[in-house]
Amino acid sequence: MAAISAPLPETKSAREQSLFLFFWLRFIKHRMALIGGTVTLLIVLLVVLAPLVSPHDPMTQDLLHRFQPPSAAHWMGTDDLGRDMFARVLYGGRISLSVGLFAMTIAILLGSTIGLVAGYYGGWVDSLLMRMTETFMSIPRLFVLIAMGMFLRTLDLPFLQAGSFLPISIVIGALSWMGTARLVRASTLELREREFVLATRALGGSDARILFRRIFPNIASPIIVSATLGLAGAIISESGLSYLGFGVQLPTPTWGNMLSNTQSQMTTAPWTAVFPGLMIFIIVIAINYLGDGLRDALDPRHAMKK
Amino acid sequence: MCPFLPQGGGGTRILHVKYFQRRVFAIRPQERLPPANPLMLIYFTRRILQSVFTLLVISMILYGLISSVPGGFMSAYTERADFTPEDLARIRAKFGLDDPIPVRYAKWLVSMLQGDMGSSFTTKRPVMEEIADRLPNTLLLMGLMMVCTLLVAIPLGILSAVKQYTWFDHIATTAAFAGQSLPVFWFGLLLIIVFAVTLKGGDGRPLLPGSGMYTLGEPFSLWDRIRHLILPVSMLTFVSAAEYMRYLRSSMLDVIHEDYVRTARAKGLRENLVIYKHALRNAIIPLVTLIALDLPALFGGALFTETIFAWPGIGRLYFTAALKTDYPLVMAILMIESALIIGSSLLVDFLYATLDPRIRLS
Repeated sequence: MAAISAPLPETKSAREQSLFLFFWLRFIKHRMALIGGTVTLLIVLLVVLAPLVSPHDPMTQDLLHRFQPPSAAHWMGTDDLGRDMFARVLYGGRISLSVGLFAMTIAILLGSTIGLVAGYYGGWVDSLLMRMTETFMSIPRLFVLIAMGMFLRTLDLPFLQAGSFLPISIVIGALSWMGTARLVRASTLELREREFVLATRALGGSDARILFRRIFPNIASPIIVSATLGLAGAIISESGLSYLGFGVQLPTPTWGNMLSNTQSQMTTAPWTAVFPGLMIFIIVIAINYLGDGLRDALDPRHAMKK
Repeated sequence: MCPFLPQGGGGTRILHVKYFQRRVFAIRPQERLPPANPLMLIYFTRRILQSVFTLLVISMILYGLISSVPGGFMSAYTERADFTPEDLARIRAKFGLDDPIPVRYAKWLVSMLQGDMGSSFTTKRPVMEEIADRLPNTLLLMGLMMVCTLLVAIPLGILSAVKQYTWFDHIATTAAFAGQSLPVFWFGLLLIIVFAVTLKGGDGRPLLPGSGMYTLGEPFSLWDRIRHLILPVSMLTFVSAAEYMRYLRSSMLDVIHEDYVRTARAKGLRENLVIYKHALRNAIIPLVTLIALDLPALFGGALFTETIFAWPGIGRLYFTAALKTDYPLVMAILMIESALIIGSSLLVDFLYATLDPRIRLS
């Protein structure tokens, strides 16, 4: 109630600010989303500040102290080469989160461009792009990701360092844009015939102006939501691929490949299999709750159904 | 304007509206969409032709991708010192690797269309036999998973929607949310740690077996097979029931607030009848399509589950084939799975057109 009776700021962005306030108030009502956002932020901070947080180096081997259970010195124990698990989890997080972020950005850029163009221009451009989207949707995703991983493992590019996360991010991004493209196309189709778009066109506004100044701001919220959920999906995809050995290659740690040879150590050192996976689970569920809350805040129609 | 409606102004207009409303309610869905609707026939002929074309494009993309893996299959031979360049050339010629990729694709396509998928590079057995060997195992695992998923997800989804915002609903939706965020392979590892490593049965052996389809050296017994199925099936069920349950809950909530459900209540029908006869019938349509979309997984299996639990199914076959760059096997599995995915989306369109009379064909 206090927020409503408070006087509006008298700046020129008063309308924008109150709109933001409106979304913010809806968002913080969603308790789980708030917790999800906080946890995500916390993990990102921990991972970015890894050298300050962890006293150990992720690559230093200590063969005398292999398979140490979690203790005060090694919070998450040590692995098969005596490396500190906590440090590896933090540094692995850097790679896992980078892959997720990078793959998601590619997917969103591809998806929204294709969706915008298809929806706005219509006709044969639309049919061609939608056929393409359908084709990509009919590809067995995990199988093709593995085939691409097999391709990338043998690929030897001079400008790529060993264990680079770029190729795998591109592959994941290139196979996850279809949902966004369909979503953006549907919204664009609807907006194209609205009065404010027609008015811009009648006033002689260029296609670029209509697309970026009129249509894009109106489809920003579904794009933000699908970007958030796409980030979670990309992190899962990377960890799965790296677990199977087709993603980022060891010794560079990621949350996925840290799990890949733990199955043989399960009887002696189960903690090696627990912590990296726990991190994936926590960050993915946190991001998913965040996305859920964003959707409720930005799309009132969806929130009403709940 | 309908010619058989009474025309005129003023007083007749009310009659007009009433007549129209009654007419709409009198039309039954079947009358609006007869089975031999010519529009539908044209629509599906077009969809089928499109699907065939899509499959062809996919086969080109995948073939191009798989056959341009540098080194790839030949690296197993080039790394060996005792192979002379002449030997390598003979091997290349034997597997037909000398032709340019479009020529190889054309040859492959022709033999594919004749039902010949070639032989595996590594085992030298026909690809069809390799797949046929593994298929029953995958079908057993995935079929059982599908049944368990529906048995868990349908009651939970309905109850969760009917008791919206109660503690039951909160627990069920939170568990489903967790299930959807869970990395499957890690969940499998945890299940193994708990049930196949830590917990012991009465005889001091692990409570449940953590890998394989049967105990080595023991004759086949149904109980042994079931014990081996428990962990992989429950892992798969948890993850996919989470998705189904959330789906059914939200479509149930959509339907429950519709006017016709309120009408059914107002008529004094028992609550069970309202929920199971009136609401569920419509709420389940989206779920049916979801099931149809998941049918290809019956073949493709669960790659992670099969890898972790050493279950000899199609997913694991694909994984090992990819590790050994066994092109014919990889291509065959990819193509069968793509064809199944395309087929299932055709099936979904067909189901929607027949199950939901409100659908309009354009």
